[in-house]
Amino acid sequence: MNVIDLSQTTVRELNHALHQLEPTDPGPRWVVREPRGAHAIACGLRVPVTVEIEGHAGYYCAGMNQFATVRVAGNVGVGVAENMMSGFVHVHGNASQSAGATAHGGMLVIDGDASARCGISMKGVDIVVKGSVGHMSGFMAQAGNLVVCGDAGEALGDSIYEARIFVRGKVKDLGADCVEKPMEPEHFSLLKTLLERAGSEAQPEEFRRYGSARRLYRFHIDHAGQY
Amino acid sequence: MPLQPRPGLRESATFDRHVIHEIQRAAETGIYDIRGWGAKRLLPNFDDLVFLGASMSRYPLEGYRERCATDVTLGTRSAKKPLHLKIPVTIAGMSFGALSAQAKEALGRGATEMGTSTTTGDGGMTPEERHHSQHLVYQYLPSRYGMNPDDLRRADAIEIVLGQGAKPGGGGMLLGQKISDRVAEMRTLPKGIDQRSACRHPDWTGPDDLTIKIEELREITDWEKPIYVKVGASRTYYDVALAVKAGADVIVVDGMQGGTGATQDVFIEHVGIPTLPALRQAVEALNELGMHRKVQLIVSGGIRSGADVAKALAMGADAVSIGTAALIALGCNSPKWQSDYEKLGSAAGFYDDYQDGTDPAGIATQDEKLAARLDPVQGGRRLANYLRVLTLEVQTLARACGKSHVLNLEPEDLAALTIEAAAMAKIPLAGTDWIPGIATRGV
Repeated sequence: MNVIDLSQTTVRELNHALHQLEPTDPGPRWVVREPRGAHAIACGLRVPVTVEIEGHAGYYCAGMNQFATVRVAGNVGVGVAENMMSGFVHVHGNASQSAGATAHGGMLVIDGDASARCGISMKGVDIVVKGSVGHMSGFMAQAGNLVVCGDAGEALGDSIYEARIFVRGKVKDLGADCVEKPMEPEHFSLLKTLLERAGSEAQPEEFRRYGSARRLYRFHIDHAGQY
Repeated sequence: MPLQPRPGLRESATFDRHVIHEIQRAAETGIYDIRGWGAKRLLPNFDDLVFLGASMSRYPLEGYRERCATDVTLGTRSAKKPLHLKIPVTIAGMSFGALSAQAKEALGRGATEMGTSTTTGDGGMTPEERHHSQHLVYQYLPSRYGMNPDDLRRADAIEIVLGQGAKPGGGGMLLGQKISDRVAEMRTLPKGIDQRSACRHPDWTGPDDLTIKIEELREITDWEKPIYVKVGASRTYYDVALAVKAGADVIVVDGMQGGTGATQDVFIEHVGIPTLPALRQAVEALNELGMHRKVQLIVSGGIRSGADVAKALAMGADAVSIGTAALIALGCNSPKWQSDYEKLGSAAGFYDDYQDGTDPAGIATQDEKLAARLDPVQGGRRLANYLRVLTLEVQTLARACGKSHVLNLEPEDLAALTIEAAAMAKIPLAGTDWIPGIATRGV
């Protein structure tokens, strides 16, 4: 185990060390102490290493992650796991805005709540939020799955493309072109897998599914009023 | 044939034929006009400035004999690996999607031959583009289509795009006819849909956030890459000051003459300010912060000739960027395709419907047959020739002003021909020491 104390070491030194790891032999896990809300902790990782952050992290924690597992024993700031390509990011606390923004792959789990625009422009990532999400979550979401075990704020899934959104609680309202869709057998199966991987005890039968009505895929003047 | 009005018929200056046509078109279709290209209206521009060649108080350099250097280094502020370019003319960001793969390759070939950079666009980096571009700037756009950290590391510089001159404050669009299988796959979107590019970034807002975003990008790339910030010209003074404060290595300012692949005409013609005042505001901001030449400035939007380049440098830019002119150099709007343009209701010299995907020149298209019309090798050579001419013209003008490096051109080498240009560029009206808005000697 490698231990880095960010009260004694800079984020640059930490990230530099993590970027030097060999993909085929990344070595033991890393523990980051005293993160004190620093930004860009463990971003740009590209090897299957495990990084455990003992405290709160700032913006863009685990940004653009590839292959690595990053666990945060605290809250995170804006854009956790933004543009993640693969790997696993687990936030034990709450997440600020734009969690998992534009992420292409991997899995992001947030044990607490996520603020506005969770999963904005997501492109294939799986996101499981055990609490609630703020307004405009899933905005322009292109692909992947956003699972919300709590409630969702205003304009859920606004201008959504082909991503799937599952919500267990209340949805304040749906955004443009986002509609409720029936839960088919494959969705129960998918949801079961996602919940299990996230360590959630919620049951797939408790969720509703939302997705694109695909009415806005081709601009038409008669639809202009929907925006 | 255009209608020639008979004597006695008077065309309205308010409702001229173009306006009447547009009203009738709007009534017919119910949708606003979307097109490519940049602002077509007449705007104050670099033609409104002239150089004061050497005279008694300045002596010139001998043309073709005395050296006049043209190289420029971009990203000296913080990047471990700044970009060293042989000429101060770069190729602006244009996407694969808006342009064909052949056009992107031709741009890379031409830029590489001349030792300068080209730039990706919305939709990500193609392997062909990377392979054929010695210096490739990777755009980081709000949509993040095709964005991935491997390409970020493969790039030579990163350009965070906040806006572009054709549409400051507006997002992008790529109409369904250009969303081919490959474009759809790169952008993670269904084929054939009208694709919308967001107008603001999904994970940051404002200059304080931008500071943190730049820090993240530097961390991911181990502080190697120069980081550009591109803004569409509007509140340029403040935008540049804030981008410098946020940590940018290079600022790119795109004036309203800057081109686009597809934007509403009302946006192109009515939002933003011309390149001339935007450049002056950008230089003022850099000077005020003591960062002129420390943070490099690239200006774009309607650059056509070596004269434009030289004037931009004299006003304080470190380099310029060209988009529309580069496409014209490849063959856009060539008379060679006149009959095809006519079939589309257009003509060589007027064609601007890049959004339709039916570009006869094979540049702004994803149609395989049309795209095959552009030979990337020949296109690259044409672009290199054009860049060569721009460079020779800049050197000619710089030598005439006694400069041994084109970056030594300065505002006092210039005079303005119009009051508007004098006011916007803060260059004295020719034959006077008058700059509108600034007190003159003895006043």
